[in-house]
Amino acid sequence: MTTTAVQFTNVSRHYGTVKAVDDVSITIADGEFFSMLGPSGSGKTTCLRLIAGFEQPTSGSILIHGKEAAGLPPYERDVNTVFQDYALFPHMNILDNVAYGLMVKGVGKKERYKEAEAALGMVALGDFGGRTPGQMSGGQRQRVALARALVNRPRVLLLDEPLGALDLKLREQMQTELKTLQRKLGITFIYVTHDQGEALSMSDRVAVFNKGKIEQVDSPRNLYTKPATPFVADFVGTSNVIEGELAQVITGAAQAFSVRPEHIHFAQPASADHLGTQGTLIDVHYHGATSRFEIKAATGQLLAVTISNRDAEDPTLPRPGDAVALSWARQAMVPLSAGTR
Amino acid sequence: MTMAATLPVTAPVVTARKGGPLRAVSSFLYRRSTLYLLLLLTPPLLWFGVVYLGSLLALLSQSFYTFDDFTMGVTPDFTLANYKALFTDAANYDIVLRTLGMAACVSIASAILAFPIAYYMARYATGWRKGFFYVAVMLPMWASYIVKVYSWTVILAKGGIVYWMIGKLGLTHALEAVLALPVVGGNSLSTSNLGRFLVFTYIWLPFMILPIQASIERIPANLLQASADLGARPQQTFRTVILPLAIPGVVAGSIFTFSLTLGDFIIPQLVGPSGLFIGTMVYTMQGSIGNIPMAAAFTVVPVVIIGVYLAIAKRLGAFDAL
Repeated sequence: MTTTAVQFTNVSRHYGTVKAVDDVSITIADGEFFSMLGPSGSGKTTCLRLIAGFEQPTSGSILIHGKEAAGLPPYERDVNTVFQDYALFPHMNILDNVAYGLMVKGVGKKERYKEAEAALGMVALGDFGGRTPGQMSGGQRQRVALARALVNRPRVLLLDEPLGALDLKLREQMQTELKTLQRKLGITFIYVTHDQGEALSMSDRVAVFNKGKIEQVDSPRNLYTKPATPFVADFVGTSNVIEGELAQVITGAAQAFSVRPEHIHFAQPASADHLGTQGTLIDVHYHGATSRFEIKAATGQLLAVTISNRDAEDPTLPRPGDAVALSWARQAMVPLSAGTR
Repeated sequence: MTMAATLPVTAPVVTARKGGPLRAVSSFLYRRSTLYLLLLLTPPLLWFGVVYLGSLLALLSQSFYTFDDFTMGVTPDFTLANYKALFTDAANYDIVLRTLGMAACVSIASAILAFPIAYYMARYATGWRKGFFYVAVMLPMWASYIVKVYSWTVILAKGGIVYWMIGKLGLTHALEAVLALPVVGGNSLSTSNLGRFLVFTYIWLPFMILPIQASIERIPANLLQASADLGARPQQTFRTVILPLAIPGVVAGSIFTFSLTLGDFIIPQLVGPSGLFIGTMVYTMQGSIGNIPMAAAFTVVPVVIIGVYLAIAKRLGAFDAL
């Protein structure tokens, strides 16, 4: 049986007339790697701060392991946070930083240093205890922040865009390490990010935020293959969201749907299982492994088609200015509801 | 109709500007950045080196000159007599200790008073409240120093407002008991060390508030959140995060209060018991007697004390957070 780690019931956080978080309900299971994904200002970080206790909800209930958390200060919650800019104490060395949580709980010096050494070992910084935060690189500080949170053995770990300041290679490496660590420790990770690739690659489930509301909560695969709303279709990966007049022309109904650029081919629809439209190729962008073709449909809407570059030398591929026929399989289409555009 | 068709055809907007002599100079300096820096820095560095530090060194060297008691004249003959007198003459020794004790008390009291005010200003006050506090802290600094000290002699005198208020509160006996204490007390508040201490603390308080306020304001808010997140109660956060990070501000403020008290020669004359301070001693030596070498030797004392104080503060890690 899975137990619930964090439960939001109709939680809102308003700043005057701004609804940073607007009537959000989510249930996060114990031991889950749960991501909150969305553009900046979508309410994901506010949700995290509500769990940490840095913010209090305007209305609604927040249960952390079954205990009502609304009104509790951060120091009375069994959660720890890894901050975006690490928030290491500049006047303490690394070992004291990591041992801080144990120190304020009254754990003896010998015991807490032993625990802190172990936590630093876990993030491969065993020999760095004597340094100060100023002497560490961004990636190292990030690991220290992680060790400092984990040494307290929280049941829920909150991560606020922890990899945001790192370069791409390091970020990918840390993603793998975080995922491995989470599996090993079995504690709940709640991970805030605006990077959809990061959310998809690490999470068990992802909540997509937009304008203070949740658009969809689902597994990464379902988010990508079955986006529920135009916003999710567009924000998670890239998608051709087709609605209105163009949808009417193609399917005979005004129901909006999305098609991933990699599912569209340059061809006439071959059978009744395929649909398609015509347009003019405007531009081709080279992306290394793939090329992205931009097509203007007859209605004026822009559509994208992605072709793997194994085939890019194909002389039959269209050139900018060419009239092209587009085709995709019926099962590649995902019907969309309105959402909160 | 497009915009281009409506625009009259003119010469290109961007043309190579004619190079005047000033332009040639600025291009030349742009290429020779070291020379440019040298030209900019030489005047202020000259001022700093010659006028600012040079005059201090000149003063220091005068403390080794010889003063002739008989002719009351100064000759540039090297002697250690002034320093010898400073440390062996019991009266001089008393002056240094008296001044030092007062400076220490004033600094500690200022720090205790200033910290909560500075904390409020840095962390809680916003908008007009912040502006109000800035002005309120600095307003007394805009008023004349002499006027303020003279008013304090009236405020603290027998029959003054302080005596009147204490009388209304029925605490006259308590005040008399305090004034009967050996070092602190005196005939009245205005002639006691307590009164002098009050005036010093009043006058130098802004110099303590502002550096502490600046140091607290520099503490990132997320450090306090991280501390609470890791389980620290507010008073633990205060003791382990805020206080250590605010210490450089307290040290900076105490350098002001300390050195200003060490050098002051007006308050010791107007408020409190007789007995010279370093400042009044320098004033007397230089002004009344003309013994500039001895005055210079006395001036070196605060410089050395502050130097020692800073060395100790650094040793204790007061500047580690900088």
